Amino acid sequence: MGCNAERAAGVLRAGAATVAEHKTELTELDRAIGDADHGENLDRGFAAVLAALDAGVPETPGAVLKVAATTLISKVGGAAGPLYGTAFLRAATKLGDASELDAAAVAAGLRAALDGVVARGKAEVGDATMVDALEPAVEAAERAHADGENVAAVLTAAADAAKEGADSTVPLTARKGRASYLGERSVGHADPGATSTALLLRSFAEASR
Amino acid sequence: MSGELVGLVVVSHSGRLADGVAEVAAQMAPDVTVKPAGGLPDGGIGTDFEAVLAAVTEAAAEAGVVVLYDLGSAQMTADMAVESLPEPETAVVVDAPLVEGAIAAAVAAQGGGDRAAVADAARAAAGRSEVADTAEAAGAHGAEPESGAGARAEITLGNEVGLHARPAALLARSIADVDADVQVSLGDTDADAKSVFSLMSLTARKGDTVVVTAKGAQAEDAVARITALAERNFDE
Repeated sequence: MGCNAERAAGVLRAGAATVAEHKTELTELDRAIGDADHGENLDRGFAAVLAALDAGVPETPGAVLKVAATTLISKVGGAAGPLYGTAFLRAATKLGDASELDAAAVAAGLRAALDGVVARGKAEVGDATMVDALEPAVEAAERAHADGENVAAVLTAAADAAKEGADSTVPLTARKGRASYLGERSVGHADPGATSTALLLRSFAEASR
Repeated sequence: MSGELVGLVVVSHSGRLADGVAEVAAQMAPDVTVKPAGGLPDGGIGTDFEAVLAAVTEAAAEAGVVVLYDLGSAQMTADMAVESLPEPETAVVVDAPLVEGAIAAAVAAQGGGDRAAVADAARAAAGRSEVADTAEAAGAHGAEPESGAGARAEITLGNEVGLHARPAALLARSIADVDADVQVSLGDTDADAKSVFSLMSLTARKGDTVVVTAKGAQAEDAVARITALAERNFDE
């Protein structure tokens, strides 16, 4: 089954609920190695996304993601704003004005999101950033789509890989963002951005079933 | 859009930090528009895309805008603000030390430098010790001006603070538009007279005698301007 604008909005609402639920956990992760604002910032952004969607759901999934992008860019206030904002914006551009998304479109949208994040943040796998979660997620989504899986299964594969990727940041030395100032002292902590990416993808997968 | 001088925007996670950097930079460049964009709308720490976009738009001049930032997300927010301008190519986000870069950029903008020159001045503020080292190395090889008109003057500094920030800025500004390569030397150390930080790195004090050398079409004019400024004790 495909994913229309209403379902895309539902997926984002689920993401907002997850962020609200895990707000304290994300901020605590960020307190260990950063500036202790990731949960607060992301929650402020997604609460604004909810408000925007409550005011009216646009007609296509791409337009829904674009609303999320511009809202997150304006409201988040930390690195997650430009990074998630760019991710949703690139995905929205990739999806164009299609009224319904199939598994191929979802995989392509995720790939575009990753490319946007990498272009914006200049991070690569191993730097202990959200790229450590998002890149394996995109690859898993593309494999799942190639295996003929549907939208929900593609997103589930992405969420599983993202969780593994987020966990893989624990032993890493952060090389980007505020945590990079800690050098080796950042070892032993999961990256907050990778963790929020995994949480969001999990909520998207569950809401798309 | 107005103004023939390049405008500056200072993006910071903190409103007070952005305001302070803009204040210090503006002191060196009275005619340059320097807009701070720091902190979140509620006064918290972070970078606010809409505030940055507003500052870039307000500082926009026909000559363009140079945007400086403090850390991480400030750069990404600045990049996004510039990308969303009607004419993104009129603005440039530079990787430079915030305080030194803003001051160097402000002085370069005040001197009528174009967008590329102002951006270069900000970037060069990061490596000013390297610039001084290079100049010293060139001096050690005994390199002399080979062509073009040359001019030279010895100046004993009579002002209280020597070539400190304000006098150095005045000196650099006085010759910013002159077609000549100008050096100020103290002992074995040479400084680029158009660079505030290079001049400051001489740490020339009251009573020191510096040598001004210039080559190029307006070499004599450059030396005359600097001599006149020193004779006025840098307007102290």
